[in-house]
Amino acid sequence: MTIPAMLGEPGKPIPGTTLFDGAAARKGYALNAMCYSFNVAANRQAFLDDEDAYCDRFSLTPAQRDAVAKRDVLGMIAAGGNIYYLAKLAGIFGLNVQDVGSMQTGMTVPEFKQMLLDQA
Amino acid sequence: MAEVVGAYFTSHVPSIGGAIARGEQNDPYWKPFFDGFPRVHEWLAEVKPDVAVAFSNDHGLNFFLDKMPTFAVGAADEYTNADEGWGLPLYKAMKGHAALSWHIIEHLVEDEFDPVTCQQMLVDHALSIPFELAWPDAKEWPVRVVPIGINTVQHPLPSARRCLALGRSVHRALRSWRGAERIVIIGTGGLSHQLDGERTGFMNREYDMFCLDNLATDPDALTRDSIHEIVRQAGTQGVEVLNWIAARGALGPGAKEIHRNYHIPISNTAGATLLLEAA
Ligand SMILES: [Fe+2]
Repeated sequence: MTIPAMLGEPGKPIPGTTLFDGAAARKGYALNAMCYSFNVAANRQAFLDDEDAYCDRFSLTPAQRDAVAKRDVLGMIAAGGNIYYLAKLAGIFGLNVQDVGSMQTGMTVPEFKQMLLDQA
Repeated sequence: MAEVVGAYFTSHVPSIGGAIARGEQNDPYWKPFFDGFPRVHEWLAEVKPDVAVAFSNDHGLNFFLDKMPTFAVGAADEYTNADEGWGLPLYKAMKGHAALSWHIIEHLVEDEFDPVTCQQMLVDHALSIPFELAWPDAKEWPVRVVPIGINTVQHPLPSARRCLALGRSVHRALRSWRGAERIVIIGTGGLSHQLDGERTGFMNREYDMFCLDNLATDPDALTRDSIHEIVRQAGTQGVEVLNWIAARGALGPGAKEIHRNYHIPISNTAGATLLLEAA
């Protein structure tokens, strides 16, 4: 998406954007609850030790499990994930918001960083 | 009588905390942002606040989706920070001002705002980083805090107009407080940024300038856009500008700008710092 195309138009759906609303919050509850648990270091370790068992504990939906297994951030968002909570999952893998940006845009991390700099 | 000495606004991007922890304030990437702070330090030393009324949003430390208040007022004697899951250092605890919190709560409810009241509340990077930026060498914070949380996470969000009205109600509460405190208003977050979706990485200098140019003299101008329109222009997380709008209301009717810094990018965000005084 080019930077001008990102702006969209008043009153139209916002390009490349899912608003985290009630419908998303309902759909994403299990996934977000799992991610919220990662505020606790022992839970982060438990996830690393046995990812499947940890996802079971939170009753993730098949779509959520699949997106988590594939590290598919857009898939997690489509399954109701909210980025504030997903960031805690990304943190387990040592990923920052540029890494997560690259994962969502298909750009390499240097390309994504350059895109940020280009907006200066 | 208590005095509102002014308002301090800043971005609260978590990676600022990383840069502080690594001592990268003079690193070429970070310097343009940190250069906005010597004036803030000088100003705080001049106006000497002893209380901060601080508007910010929680990022999944204190609140989860099980209970998500639109407006929440801290009413504790102490607020602690905790692990947010991505490796930031643990920040110093903040002393609260529970008596002032309850005065504000009484006033807000009388004014037909109905906030959640929190006698226990964890404060996240959205408060701790602005404090670290403001008082970098403090052994303990020189101000007691009344934290006011606004939901910027789960839609429907309160409208910008409602947030400004909330801030104005807080201002009236402060004017009727009989203490002798020197109160600084703090608004944190933004400016434009988006962390999620194909549009991640989006920033918008033009919209940020509109906000910065109008905040002091015509804050109502920022409230004419719907939340949808603010998200379109500022980004899904740029909507944190609601914290700035509420804080502007709490400063009082008139304001003048005394300092501004703006730099793209810090992390994925348009970084901004602003000082206003009542006018
Ligand atoms: Fe934030």
